[in-house]
Amino acid sequence: MPLDLTHSLHSQVSPSLFLSLVLLVSALSQAARRGRQTEAMLTLLVLTAVVLLSAAPRSDAIVVYTGWERHALVGSDVRLSCSFFSWRWTSEDVTFSWSYRPDGAKDSISIFHYTGGAPYVDNKGPFRDRLEFVGNPARRDGSILIRNLDFSDNGTFTCDAKNPPDIVGRPSSVRLLVFEKVPIQAGVITGAIIGVVLGLLILVVAIYYLMRFLVARRVFSLSMSKHGKKGKGKEGSQQRQKPKVPLVYLSF
Amino acid sequence: MLILLCGIIFLHVAALALLFVSTIVSAWTVSPTSSADLWVNCSSANGGYNCDTLETGVWIQAVQALMILSIIFSFLSLFLFFCQLFTLQKGGRFFLTGAFQILASLFVMSGAIIYTVMSPEWVPPTESFGFAYILAWVAFPLAFISGLIYVILRKRE
Repeated sequence: MPLDLTHSLHSQVSPSLFLSLVLLVSALSQAARRGRQTEAMLTLLVLTAVVLLSAAPRSDAIVVYTGWERHALVGSDVRLSCSFFSWRWTSEDVTFSWSYRPDGAKDSISIFHYTGGAPYVDNKGPFRDRLEFVGNPARRDGSILIRNLDFSDNGTFTCDAKNPPDIVGRPSSVRLLVFEKVPIQAGVITGAIIGVVLGLLILVVAIYYLMRFLVARRVFSLSMSKHGKKGKGKEGSQQRQKPKVPLVYLSF
Repeated sequence: MLILLCGIIFLHVAALALLFVSTIVSAWTVSPTSSADLWVNCSSANGGYNCDTLETGVWIQAVQALMILSIIFSFLSLFLFFCQLFTLQKGGRFFLTGAFQILASLFVMSGAIIYTVMSPEWVPPTESFGFAYILAWVAFPLAFISGLIYVILRKRE
């Protein structure tokens, strides 16, 4: 990590950055000399932010994003998305590659390649006539669509994207699971039932207290308008008995 | 009358404890080699003793939810009992406490009924019901009686 830091500091201290740093430092010293504290603090803040941002490890690595797992039904279509993050602009020589490794197999087979502005889909392998390129390389999207899934399509799909000169990076994998019917995740229904019942309980309690509050307010306003201050004297006489152990008895 | 109070509280706590044990212990269906409950399937075949989580069906999740709800409601009922004991007027009935406890017993009943009805789907016929299942069925009348007692109970000063 420290190597990255010094490397990025050396390679990215461009003239414009240097000039802005000089201006900020001079503004800071002027504000400090004039005794304007808030101005000085603000400039210091901006200065720190600029230094930190410029020193952030902007290593020339490309980061590829796919999903983690995809669930699909037999016979349906699934869209496997792949996109990447790179500090460089999207070049014209951007390439996307998809490869497939069946569950339990050791080797992977290449099924899709996009290069030189043209997609090349699988025409011999397990996905011939089923694969389609639905991505947009200009927007860094290299997604593919697989039609008419079968149980033999279970496996791991790996997407590798390269954006020259940004080529150092790790490919990313998404696992495809094909089901006969989509299973419900554990705990979804449990949580739903518990949540609904407790929610109803809280709702009933809230409505009860609301009604009581409204009724009490109406009764209070009625009694105030009729009796004025005379009604208040009666409420004070109800005393609070000291809390002994209360006793209970049964009665039908 | 302190004895009555202690007896009622003891009954309530006993029902609550039965609910807890029944929900947590892994013994709803047992066989010589495996035991299963609402959450995991444990089997001691193949030498070791390993458990894996139950496959996610709709009905088993409903049973889980109902058992947990019954525990929650029984707890709330106990808490409400102590609240009402100190705030109720003389001659008042413990309606709220009784209502919550009866609701808890109804939840246990429906959970146990669903489990009984749907268990041929999950459980091979060679396995028999375990003690946690029986505890659930015992907790239902206990909680129900406890709730009824609360309804007919009156506060005396």
